[in-house]
Amino acid sequence: MKLFEYRGKELFDKYGISVPKGRLVKNEKDFSGLNFPFVLKAQVPIGGRGKAGGIKSAENLKDAKENFSQIMGMDIKGYKVRKVLAEEKVNIRKELYLSITLDRSKRMSLIMASGEGGMDIESVPDEKIFKEWVNPLIGIQSFHIRGIVSKLGLEKEEGKEVAKVISKIYKLFREYDCELVEINPLIIKKDGGVMALDSKVNINDDAMYRHTDIEPEVVELTPLEKDAKEKGIAFIQLEGNIGVIANGAGLTMATLDALTHYEGKGGVFLDLGGTDDPEKVKQAFELMKKAKPKVIFLNLFGGITRCDSVAKGVKAVITKEGIDCPVITRIKGCNEEQAKDILKDAGLITGTTLQDAAQKSSDLAR
Amino acid sequence: MAIFADKSNKVLVQGATGHQGIFHIGAMKEFGTNVVAGVTPGKGGQEIEGVPIFNNVFDGVSETGANTSLVLVPARFAKDAVFEALDAGIKTLVVITENIPFHDAMEFVHYSKYKGAVLIGPNCPGIASPGKTKIGILPGQIFKEGHVGVASRSGTLTYEIVNSLTEKDIGQSTCVGLGGDPIIGTTFIDSLNAFEKDKDTKAVVLVGEIGGTAEEEAAEHITKHISKPVFAFVAGRTAPPGKRMGHAGAIIARGKGTAASKIKAFEKAGVKLAKFPTDIADLVEKYG
Repeated sequence: MKLFEYRGKELFDKYGISVPKGRLVKNEKDFSGLNFPFVLKAQVPIGGRGKAGGIKSAENLKDAKENFSQIMGMDIKGYKVRKVLAEEKVNIRKELYLSITLDRSKRMSLIMASGEGGMDIESVPDEKIFKEWVNPLIGIQSFHIRGIVSKLGLEKEEGKEVAKVISKIYKLFREYDCELVEINPLIIKKDGGVMALDSKVNINDDAMYRHTDIEPEVVELTPLEKDAKEKGIAFIQLEGNIGVIANGAGLTMATLDALTHYEGKGGVFLDLGGTDDPEKVKQAFELMKKAKPKVIFLNLFGGITRCDSVAKGVKAVITKEGIDCPVITRIKGCNEEQAKDILKDAGLITGTTLQDAAQKSSDLAR
Repeated sequence: MAIFADKSNKVLVQGATGHQGIFHIGAMKEFGTNVVAGVTPGKGGQEIEGVPIFNNVFDGVSETGANTSLVLVPARFAKDAVFEALDAGIKTLVVITENIPFHDAMEFVHYSKYKGAVLIGPNCPGIASPGKTKIGILPGQIFKEGHVGVASRSGTLTYEIVNSLTEKDIGQSTCVGLGGDPIIGTTFIDSLNAFEKDKDTKAVVLVGEIGGTAEEEAAEHITKHISKPVFAFVAGRTAPPGKRMGHAGAIIARGKGTAASKIKAFEKAGVKLAKFPTDIADLVEKYG
């Protein structure tokens, strides 16, 4: 789960990392108590908000009111701004980049830092980004921190402050099961001292159960997404008009690839996962019908999942409620022959191979 | 021969008395797996499918000589279960459980290395060496004994590909489901090294998917260290871009991780790629 900037900063504060004085503002009254100049920042779970006009500074109350009304409610890459953070401006001497994330290949926590933070960090060349890997069995040690801090070109006192921040964000990263803790920029102030001007904190969804102090972000779902979530069916909405029901993420992706090969366009994708419960299959079909695809493509491989059991669920929906678009099925694996008979009986088109079925679906959807 | 799993594996099942445990103890025995023990704390003394159940792994190991564990326990107990198995002397672990916090996985993967154990998974379907053993939840009927090694990051897609091999009479030496999580114990590279040494394996099939850089690393490794022919399928050529992890993700990836990058890396390493999963069978036909 991606935390909004202000919530990441609450965690920073909890771990003793200093952040600018600021607060969430809901209306103009909330400006009182903040010293000008300050910065208004849209709270959205996505990068690039500065370029989208989501960050504006205010020299006085008039500025503040004007800019606040512009930012609140604006759309940034599909996210409507519902929260705005106001923060007092800080005099910056130097901007650094600092993060801890997961290195999948080494299977270790990876600390990265650069003396050239702030601007487009992704275009900073590799040799200017310093990395240290932390084995979870030993945890962070002084040599890791020295290894990074010594390369950042800092004065002695600044280096000591940055070292403290590194050890604090590592603690946060581990204790809160984070996928990412990123501070860009981490600044050295003109009057000395180190401060986090931004925060990106992602907490691993699988570990949320042990962080009950973190309220889940409210995610806005479409009615179909909500419906799918309640029924425990993985659901992806794409632009196309072919509805796909498959089992397993890999097979779902391979199905989309096959459709694209025949110039078909995948629309709603439902992943049944490991279930062959006819009731769940029925629910998936009902959900799919609501998405109104031009064609439905059922692509199943039965391993432990029994194909005939899935087919029974499909037949039940179709004979009971009918269906107003063609359904192409392609079924392989456990009890495949029985499944094919059941589906033929229900009047559905069965493809022989993945290619054949993907081509039939794509042709019918044109 | 086979890799990672053969007749010498004496399997203990952690989480034996749940619905999945009971079903798969039966299915593994039917496949020929030597299932010797089950563990569920508090349920010791029972028997499931003729397999004795113990309260902890230490007892299971000392009573039965188990050297392998299949972990089916719920995610929040998985780290504890893996640590217990490793401390009890288990040398091969297959972790099926999904949704394990990755910080937990990171810890137990490194601990398994420290203990000199092989850990497959988490969030994987397991491993099968046809004619010898199956440790996991893979469907037994799709396999056939033979000479093609399969290593895969996907579940159902693996079954699909293995099934299409078997239908063409192309048998397999070992099929290993590596798991779909960001942190896994056994990688493509580990599997390639093992298949390279295995005299029963004549060709290797890799099933990859978008995300991470495992395929790119495998491709580089193949160029340098693998002499046997390798074939691959990569899923997700047309999948929409997934979630990005801040700038850090982009700095690590530097353009890798997409299907295009993986396919290019494999092609450069001389790996033949299948356009559709079931086409793999045509490519490897002569090695069956």
